[in-house]
Amino acid sequence: MLKVSGLTKRYGNAEVVRGLDLHVQRGECFGLLGPNGAGKTTTLRLLLGLIEPDAGSIELAGIPVPAQAREARMKVGVVPQMDNLDPDFSVRENLIAYGRYFGMGRAAIAARVPELLDFAGLASKADAQIAQLSGGMKRRLTLARALVHDPDILFLDEPTTGLDPQARHLIWQGLRRLINAGKTIVLTTHFMDEAERLADRLAILDHGRVVVEGAPRALIESHIEPAVVEVYGEGLPDWTRERAGAVCQRFETVGETLFCYTGDAERVIDALKQSPALRYLHRPSNLEDVFLKLTGRDLRD
Amino acid sequence: MIRHLRLPRLSWRFVPVWQRNYLVWKKLAIPSILGNLADPMLYMLGLGYGLGSLLPEVGGMSYLTFLAAGTVAYSTMNAATFEVLYSSFSRMHVQRTWDAILNAPMTLDDVLLGELVWAVSKSLLSGMAILAVIWGLGLYGNFWLTLAIIPVVALVGFCFGGMGLVMNAVSPSYDFFLYYFTLAITPMVLLCGVFFPVSQLPPVLQAVSAWLPLTHAIDLARPLVVGQMPDAIVLHVIALLAYGGLGYVIALALTRRRLLR
Repeated sequence: MLKVSGLTKRYGNAEVVRGLDLHVQRGECFGLLGPNGAGKTTTLRLLLGLIEPDAGSIELAGIPVPAQAREARMKVGVVPQMDNLDPDFSVRENLIAYGRYFGMGRAAIAARVPELLDFAGLASKADAQIAQLSGGMKRRLTLARALVHDPDILFLDEPTTGLDPQARHLIWQGLRRLINAGKTIVLTTHFMDEAERLADRLAILDHGRVVVEGAPRALIESHIEPAVVEVYGEGLPDWTRERAGAVCQRFETVGETLFCYTGDAERVIDALKQSPALRYLHRPSNLEDVFLKLTGRDLRD
Repeated sequence: MIRHLRLPRLSWRFVPVWQRNYLVWKKLAIPSILGNLADPMLYMLGLGYGLGSLLPEVGGMSYLTFLAAGTVAYSTMNAATFEVLYSSFSRMHVQRTWDAILNAPMTLDDVLLGELVWAVSKSLLSGMAILAVIWGLGLYGNFWLTLAIIPVVALVGFCFGGMGLVMNAVSPSYDFFLYYFTLAITPMVLLCGVFFPVSQLPPVLQAVSAWLPLTHAIDLARPLVVGQMPDAIVLHVIALLAYGGLGYVIALALTRRRLLR
């Protein structure tokens, strides 16, 4: 459904995307993860043919991009990072106006609108103005708008950023329905739980390159020890110096916290019980641990 | 900018963009038309009757007629300019409506053409409103010739729409447009014969005036109001088309640099 090879984009001397290779199968949900500035949004814009690559090739739904970007965009629905619903229109009018940009006729759009409103859970808000909608409703409408022309593939750029948990779960439900209906999805996010939940496969991007690619579970199993014990409290420096090396497979100190990665959490916890001043949190390792291991803990602004 | 410069690819796909603006306008049509009409009308009638009563004939016609002909061009210019400056800027920069459209199978060429044709539509509305007043007050020489003012108005809308889109493309904020008004639009109003004949200006300024698009607009509109065929029609038409067309092409390159990089 999507084939990218050697994709490169430079701005001046800065290479924002550096030789990216991606393959997304039909019906797959593919996650594109990475810290801010890793090149996720630039990659999506390249895939849509909105900007021209300096090197590399893109084939979207079998159509070469950017050579035939317009034709390719007929097959794609886009949910952008920032809401750009039309504030001068009601919910229903937003869907109608957007359908027209795809060359759809009045009757075709009218037939489509009820099921889109239903999908977004906005049937009762059809005539509401955009300013009256909550953040979650706006996102759902943006998602419904992206489906107006029944695309084969969906691009979602951080679809749940800024939403409360209830609203996020509603978006996820919607996305699962689309996945079950056989749509192909490319999703950028920096919520690891979102990627773990939705993506069949994902790539972690950093500095414009794919650092690692695979199924979420497989990535966790192959890149990180099974459990993490986070240790904090008084006397941590001493404990780190004297005990951590012996009981942890791998450890790192971040600020006031020690992250102890291990296959044998019992052993760590037993050791910690002898130092009652220390507190700890024991949890299974997750995608975030992989992400932080591979992209580092430095802030990206 | 040079890198982004190329011939526009015109297509009928601009229609949904035009239609979007039309549907939004329709919701507020009445106040919008009144707004279009009220301001130029007040100037025209106030100055026309007030100043006009002190003046003998100006350029061979009553001052009110003289001013009415100037006002057709002037209010058309303003309508197109305001549309592509403030309204287009809202859609491009504030509401991000263009970003949403560009994710559909539309190009920036389509979007800007839709905006330009919309500006022409708004100009037609504005120019026609003044024309209606000219008809109502019987300020014309030959009714049939005044009908030719309608395409002139569209042409003036195209000219200033295209030019304004360039300003839209480079503007960081609404405040920036004030420069364009202070440095381009207002001087033009004073140099191009809206309120008094260009022949009253010193020769240097007359020479400048001959190059300004509003002069060409007024040189077409004023004879048509009075009931004469304008001189050098082809020159004026080409000048207005050139200003608008070049504006559109340059605006396209600058907007591409702004949005699609």
